[in-house]
Amino acid sequence: MGPLTSTSSVAPGRPGELLRFAAVGSVDDGKSTLIGRLLHDTKQLFDDQLAAVGAASRRRGAGELDLSFVTDGLRAEREQGITIDVAYRYAATPARTFVIADCPGHVQYTRNMATGASTADLALVVIDATSGLREQTRRHVCIASLLGVRTLVVVANKMDRVAWDPAAYERVVRQTEELATSLGAQVAAVVPASALHGDNVAVRSDAAPWYEGPTVLEALETAPAGGWAGGSGSRLAVQWVLRRPGGGRSYAGMVSGGTLRPGDPVTVLPSGHRTTVASLGTADGPLAEAAAGLSVAVELSDDLDVGRGDLLAGRGEPPVVTDRVDATVCWFAPAPLLPGARYLLKHTTRVTPGEVEAVSDRLDVRTLLREPAQGLGENDIGTVTLATADLLAVDPYRRNRVTGSFVLVDPATHATAGAGMVARPLAAGSPGPTAV
Amino acid sequence: MTSTLDSHVPTVPTGDPTGLGRRGTGADHLDLLEAHAIFVLREVAAECERPVLLFSGGKDSAVLLRLAEKAFAPGRLPFPVLHVDTGHNFPEVLAFRDQRMAELGEELLVASVQAAIDDGRVPDPGPEGSRNRLQSAVLLEAIARHRFDACFGGGRRDEDKARAKERVVSLRDALGQWDPKRQRPELWHLYWGRVLPGEHLRAFPLSDWTELDVWRYIDREQLDLPSLYYAHRRRVVERDGMLLAVSEHVSPRRGEVERVETVRFRTVGDATCTGAVRSDASSASEIVAEVAASTVSERGATRADDRVSDSAMEDRKREGYF
Repeated sequence: MGPLTSTSSVAPGRPGELLRFAAVGSVDDGKSTLIGRLLHDTKQLFDDQLAAVGAASRRRGAGELDLSFVTDGLRAEREQGITIDVAYRYAATPARTFVIADCPGHVQYTRNMATGASTADLALVVIDATSGLREQTRRHVCIASLLGVRTLVVVANKMDRVAWDPAAYERVVRQTEELATSLGAQVAAVVPASALHGDNVAVRSDAAPWYEGPTVLEALETAPAGGWAGGSGSRLAVQWVLRRPGGGRSYAGMVSGGTLRPGDPVTVLPSGHRTTVASLGTADGPLAEAAAGLSVAVELSDDLDVGRGDLLAGRGEPPVVTDRVDATVCWFAPAPLLPGARYLLKHTTRVTPGEVEAVSDRLDVRTLLREPAQGLGENDIGTVTLATADLLAVDPYRRNRVTGSFVLVDPATHATAGAGMVARPLAAGSPGPTAV
Repeated sequence: MTSTLDSHVPTVPTGDPTGLGRRGTGADHLDLLEAHAIFVLREVAAECERPVLLFSGGKDSAVLLRLAEKAFAPGRLPFPVLHVDTGHNFPEVLAFRDQRMAELGEELLVASVQAAIDDGRVPDPGPEGSRNRLQSAVLLEAIARHRFDACFGGGRRDEDKARAKERVVSLRDALGQWDPKRQRPELWHLYWGRVLPGEHLRAFPLSDWTELDVWRYIDREQLDLPSLYYAHRRRVVERDGMLLAVSEHVSPRRGEVERVETVRFRTVGDATCTGAVRSDASSASEIVAEVAASTVSERGATRADDRVSDSAMEDRKREGYF
């Protein structure tokens, strides 16, 4: 593996295994430069895009080619030299296809960082080796880890500024191992690199003969892509009811958590009716099985009342049907999250009013300890007890990223106020809110 | 010619464009992109009251329309199809548009830039002026008139730097504007389809597709496209580094020489400002190989600036020799 020698970097046949990763880290640690460097050295940038980057670099006195301009696409971002919102980039090598979420480093844009990390398999953590692990990077790794991103490829960047001193590298190794251990995350590699000069990004550098590990690209090509174990058993949240021409219905949705097959016993939730999968397929025809991530339509053996928002649960331990959950919530809204407040909650394909019963704790990202709290402020993360008007079929987030997640939306503005991950379903039957 | 390069690629790609599930058995990257696009189409159709699908007859909207068909088959599309017509059309594209709509048996709404110019609702940029900018005003007018609350579009994040920042389901305010600093957080697959009165959404089911993915899909699904996407002989003039098709909308200016060349179009828009590229690729599979080897972006190929490109090529070669 390693750098590509072909002038055509993208294999025209079938693409390689997909890895979605989020690039995270503090502002000024060189995240955008690293992504720009990675795209440049794997020849993903087109001539005209490079020309625009070169022209912008010279115009701003940033040398011949400031690769951070590759990903900072908003005018305000270029003016301020920071990343405000997540930028998605696409790259392919013969080994893998990459979807890259370049996340903003500033604390005020944590909501955008969470957006980027929520669909990632792996986090590329960029750390300035001259200063070591910063608080904002701890916050990012912590949020990524809560969102289920538990595999880290760490870049000890700007090694040229410390004359490739192994001690600076060792400090990053020590700090990230410690952080990963406390979060239950895995460090796949810590790579000493200079994004500015391209050392150990896609091309192995002679500058650090003491380092025998992979380049950043090699680490991304070989790190486990299935960072998300899940394994709740198969689930399908009904999005749409399709009516067949000769009568009969099928239920369209995306499979998660496991594979669904014809003949599988399924339970319709929250009603609890049991039936079996009579057939499943797409517009292109029937399927013998449907893996997680596929959009299919399912016909059931019995004629039941099934509609949008219902969940079909296959083999394995069933989801919990409840109207109360304890959840880890990342709060994005400027106004605090307080007990008694009402929001609209979207879980799978169901929208229902929800009420905050209690806020029990808040995470201190410096110590990674949970401290007692009565509310959550903007960018806070904490444990919240929520009651919902409708019954929901939930799995703990660690077992299923789809049936374990929800968003809280302000009913007055439709702004997404928070993101929730089910920590623990509680016993149903509490007096929930009736309307918002 | 693809077979030699194929040999570099693992034969059992597994992946999940959503990051939301276990890796599929036998589901490849395109299957998962397709599945996600269909998920977005169903989700927005279910949550919004009056969605509409924007169809230009170009390759991205041809893919989008096919995905919409698949999402709701065997039923009909649960939303109308709208063409924002610049009036500066390639006849092949209009013919394709009408053929596809006839196949689907669906009604086509047309929002006409020409009609808006004739009524004085938008300024006339002149016979050879680009009408690309006027399309927005005409689209917003159609959205207001029909009270659409969501528009499906074929936009992709790999198209340009600003698009790379956009959400899959992206809010437009009451003036139809995108405020990139105030985008809604968009976590997992939990798209929010509700808006305040006057606001609307733009939904981009192809957000995570690249140009190459689009062509691979067209090849795999054997989708019909307007013939001008494939190599053909055409009368062209070279202007600002682009090859413009000579037509009723474009004629050679003083000093320009009309030639006949073998070209194809990489994008299709307003005929006065859409450039052709020299190409012998006459099938989708040949275009897949051509796009994979291309050194110029889709936008760059139709908005070339030779002087800047030359210096970038030097930079790239120097940088590439580390």
